[in-house]
Amino acid sequence: MFNEFAPEWDGFVAGRWSNTSVNVRDFIHKNITPYDGDASFLEGPTDATKKLWAQVRELSRKEREAGGVLDMDTKIVSTITSHGPGYLDQSLEKIVGFQTDQPFKRALQPFGGIRMAEQACKEYGYTVDPEVVDIFTKYRKTHNQGVFDAYTPEMRLARKSAILTGLPDAYGRGRIIGDYRRIALYGIDRLIQDKEHQKATHFVRMTSKNIRLREELSEQIRALGELKELGHIYGFDISRPAKNAQEAVQWLYFGYLAAVKEQNGAAMSLGRTSTFLDIYMQRDLERGVLTEREAQELIDHFIMKLRMIKFARTPEYNALFSGDPTWVTESIGGVSVDGQHMVTKNSFRYLNTLNNLGTAPEPNLTVLWSKKLPMNFKRFCAEMSIKSSSIQYENDDLMRVTHGDDYAIACCVSSMVVGKEMQFFGARANLAKCLLYAINGGVDEVLKIQVGPKYRPVTGDYLDYDDVMDKYNQMMEWLAELYVNTLNIIHYMHDKYCYEKLQMALHDRDVKRYFATGIAGLSVVADSLSAIKYAKVKCLRDENGIVVDYEVEGDFPKYGNDDDRVDQIAVSIVKSFMDKIRKHHTYRDSIPTMSILTITSNVVYGKKTGNTPDGRKHGVPLAPGANPMHGRDTHGAVASLSSVSKLPFRHAQDGISNTFSIIPDALGKDTKIFAGDLDLDALQQEAEHEAD
Amino acid sequence: MLGNLHSTESFGTVDGPGIRFVIFFQGCPMRCLYCHNPDTWDLSQNRRCSVEELLAQYRRNSAFYHSGGITATGGEPMLQIDFLTELFQAAHAEKIHTCLDTSGVCFHPQHTEKIDQLMAATDLVMLDIKHIDEEQHRRLTGHSNVNILAFARYISERGIPLWIRHVIVPGFTDDPDEQFRLGEFIGGLRTLKGLDVLPYHDFGKQKYEALGVEYPLANTEPVSNDTAAAARQQILRGIKHRLKSNAI
Repeated sequence: MFNEFAPEWDGFVAGRWSNTSVNVRDFIHKNITPYDGDASFLEGPTDATKKLWAQVRELSRKEREAGGVLDMDTKIVSTITSHGPGYLDQSLEKIVGFQTDQPFKRALQPFGGIRMAEQACKEYGYTVDPEVVDIFTKYRKTHNQGVFDAYTPEMRLARKSAILTGLPDAYGRGRIIGDYRRIALYGIDRLIQDKEHQKATHFVRMTSKNIRLREELSEQIRALGELKELGHIYGFDISRPAKNAQEAVQWLYFGYLAAVKEQNGAAMSLGRTSTFLDIYMQRDLERGVLTEREAQELIDHFIMKLRMIKFARTPEYNALFSGDPTWVTESIGGVSVDGQHMVTKNSFRYLNTLNNLGTAPEPNLTVLWSKKLPMNFKRFCAEMSIKSSSIQYENDDLMRVTHGDDYAIACCVSSMVVGKEMQFFGARANLAKCLLYAINGGVDEVLKIQVGPKYRPVTGDYLDYDDVMDKYNQMMEWLAELYVNTLNIIHYMHDKYCYEKLQMALHDRDVKRYFATGIAGLSVVADSLSAIKYAKVKCLRDENGIVVDYEVEGDFPKYGNDDDRVDQIAVSIVKSFMDKIRKHHTYRDSIPTMSILTITSNVVYGKKTGNTPDGRKHGVPLAPGANPMHGRDTHGAVASLSSVSKLPFRHAQDGISNTFSIIPDALGKDTKIFAGDLDLDALQQEAEHEAD
Repeated sequence: MLGNLHSTESFGTVDGPGIRFVIFFQGCPMRCLYCHNPDTWDLSQNRRCSVEELLAQYRRNSAFYHSGGITATGGEPMLQIDFLTELFQAAHAEKIHTCLDTSGVCFHPQHTEKIDQLMAATDLVMLDIKHIDEEQHRRLTGHSNVNILAFARYISERGIPLWIRHVIVPGFTDDPDEQFRLGEFIGGLRTLKGLDVLPYHDFGKQKYEALGVEYPLANTEPVSNDTAAAARQQILRGIKHRLKSNAI
C-alpha cells in the first residue's frame, strides 16, 4: 500500500515492511545485526550526560524534600498537545520532551476519575482548578463515574472486603503497549494513510460493534494528528520516517510521551525497542556519521527521559504498589522463531545505562532469557545484575511458543505481541480470602458481614478435606463469575470514557484482546489445604460462630519444597479457577488469561485477610506472586523454584512471578580468597623458579 | 536400602563444583569444637530415604545441575557406607558427577574393600583436615588424625581428584608453623585440585542453643576473610616447599 521506498529508508533491506503493510517485525528480521561479542565496546557517559543527570538528581532530591511531589499542574488537562516544550538544558539534550512544560511537574489527568485526580492533588497540598472539577463533574463523565453507575451492590461489597482488589475502576488500566517503533519507521503520515485505509475497508453494516470501531479509528487518526503536532511543539517534523539514529530514538520517544500524556495507566510499558533502534545505530555507525560514544549518549538520554516519567497518584495507590512505579518495561534480547538470537549492541547499551546513570528501578529493563542467548551477553547480564540488582528476567523459551518473536512484556509479566495484541488489565481475586468464605459460608472474617453467597458453612471442630474442597469449589464458582462481570463493566467504561486512542493507533485494526485476571494468595491456599489434608486443623469460632482462627495439629507438606503432595494442590487450584473464569462471557470477545503475580501488593492483601488454616495470622503478608510463603521453603532454591515451575503456564498465560533474592555468598565463595583450582605442576614450577 | 538423612539442599554452591544437589547424612563420630551442624551428630535421629527417592528429586531438577552433580556430606556420610556406595553407583550409572565431603575418620588402612568400591564411583573427594598435629587434632575433634592422613594418601594413590578443606580457628589452627606443616603434607598429594581455607564462623551457635548443648567456642571470635586468605598463602608456601624438595 505504500507508494514508494522512502528516501529515509536508504540502506535498509526492503521487504513486506516497505512494500505491503505496516510490519515492524519484518523490518527487524531483514535488517538486524546480531552481536555475539562482549561488552568491551561500551562507552561511559559523556560530559553532557553527566551534567544532565546531575540536574535530574538535584530535582529528585528536591522532590523528596518536598514530600514526594515537586510540582503539579492543577489547571491544564493533559492531552497529547496540552503543554508547550519543556527542557532540562536544551543545548545538551539529545532527546527531548516532558509530560508537561517542566521536568518533574506532574500532569492533571482526570479522564480516569476526577475524584482520584483531585485527591492526588489534595494529598500534596494542591487544589484542582474548580472550573476543571466542574467540567469533569457536570459535563464530561469519567471512567470512574461510568463504572460506579453500573456496579451491582455485590460488586461494591466485594471491592470493600478486598476479595476483589486493585481493580482499575478509579484509575487508568494501562498495560497496553503502543508500537512506538512504527512512528520512527514509517512517520505519522504513512500511519494515518494506513488507518484511513483500515476505516475505508471496514464492514459497512452499522451494528454497535462496527459503529464503535469506526468511531475508534477516527479517534486514532485524530490522535496521530495530535502526535504530529507534539513533534512540531518541539521543532520536529515527524510526519516522515526517521532518517538517522537520533531521529529514530526521538520519534519513538514522542510516541511513548504522547501515550503517557494521555493515560495515567497502572503500567505504561515501552515495548521491545532496543534491537529495532540498533538497526538505525548500526547504519549510522557504518556510514561514519555516528560514533559509539554518541550512540551510547543517545540511549543514555533516552533512558534518562524514561526515568523521569511521573504521574499524579494518591498515597494509597503508592502504598499498594510500594512506591511510585510507572513500569516502563522494556524487553531486551530473546530469540527469533528461526532460532537466531536477537541480541544486538544496543541490547548492551540499554543495560549499560545502569553503569552510566547508576541503578534505578525504571525503566524496568527486562531480559527475555533463552538458553540460546550468546554467552557474552549472558555474562554481561549476570555482571550487571550483581552490580545493580535492577534487571528482570523472563523465560523467552516459554513465551515464544505462544507469542512468537516480536512480543513484549507489559508491567511485570504480561506478554503480548507488539501492535497486534493488547490486554484488559484485571487486577486480582484473593483466593485465600475465598477459602475463608468457603469455610464461613460467605461471611467476611474481618468485616463480619455477609459478602459472598449464603452457602452452608463448615460445621464441627475439625476441617475435613473433602468437605472444604467441595465448599471451596462452589465459592470459587461464585467468585469467578462476579470477578469477570466486574471486569466487564470496568473495561466497557474505560473504552467509553478513557479510550487509549494514541496507543491503539499504534496497533493493527483487528487486535487480539486478552482479558487478564489474576489471583493472589496461591501459596496460602495450597498450604492451608495441605494442612487440612495431611495434618489436623481445628476451627476456633467467635461468639457469632464465625471461624476466626485455626489450630494446626501436626506437620504437613508445604509448597516450595518440590513436594508433589502439596505442589499438585497448587496446580489444581490454578487450573480449576482458570476453568471457572473461562465459563463466562468476556468483554469484546477477549481471551481470558490469568496471572499469578503480585510483586508488592501482597502486603496490603495480607492486612485484609484474616487468619488462615495454614497457621498464617491476620495481617501477615501473603507471599508475592507464586512464591512459597516466607521461610517455608526449606530445601533450597532449586526445590523452591521447582515447585513454582510446576504451575501450568497454559492456565496462567498472563504470567507467573517468583521473587527471588539471594545473598552473593550463597552463589559460591569468592574464589580469589578461598577455593579455586590448584595446579600442582604450575605450583611446582613456581617453587623451582623461586629456588633459583 | 534406606539412608538415614538429616536433610537435602537443592541449590548447593559451596560443596563442590557447579550447582549441586547436596545430601546431608545423619550421624557423625567426630565432635569438632567448631562444628556448625551439631544437629547431624545423633545417628538415632530418623529420616529415612531411598536412593531412588533422592535420584528422582535430582532428575526432576537436573537442568540446574548440568555443570554440578551430587554431594554427600553431613554428618559423616561414610558412617553409612553401604547406602552411600549404592547412591554413588546409581548416580554414576546416570553419569551424574559425585562428590564426597568427608572427614576421613572412618578410614582404616587394613580394611579398604568397601571403600575401594565406594571410590570406584566417586569423582571428587573433599577432605576436611582439621589439624596436621596429632595431639592438637585430638584436642579439637576428640579423634586421632592418623587414619585421616592415611586416607588422604590413599585417595591420592588411587588417582581420585581431591580438594582439601581447612578451617582457621583462633587458638587452634592459627599458628603459621602448623599451617606450613599442613602445606608440606598436602604438597605430597598428587591428585590435589583445590584448597579451601575457611574462616571460622559462629553461625552454628543457635543450633547448639536449640539442642540444649553448650557452645564450646563461646569465647572465640569469628575469623576475617583476610586472615583466612593469609593462612591459605602460608599453606601454599608449605606446599611449594614440599614440591621443591620433591623436585630435588
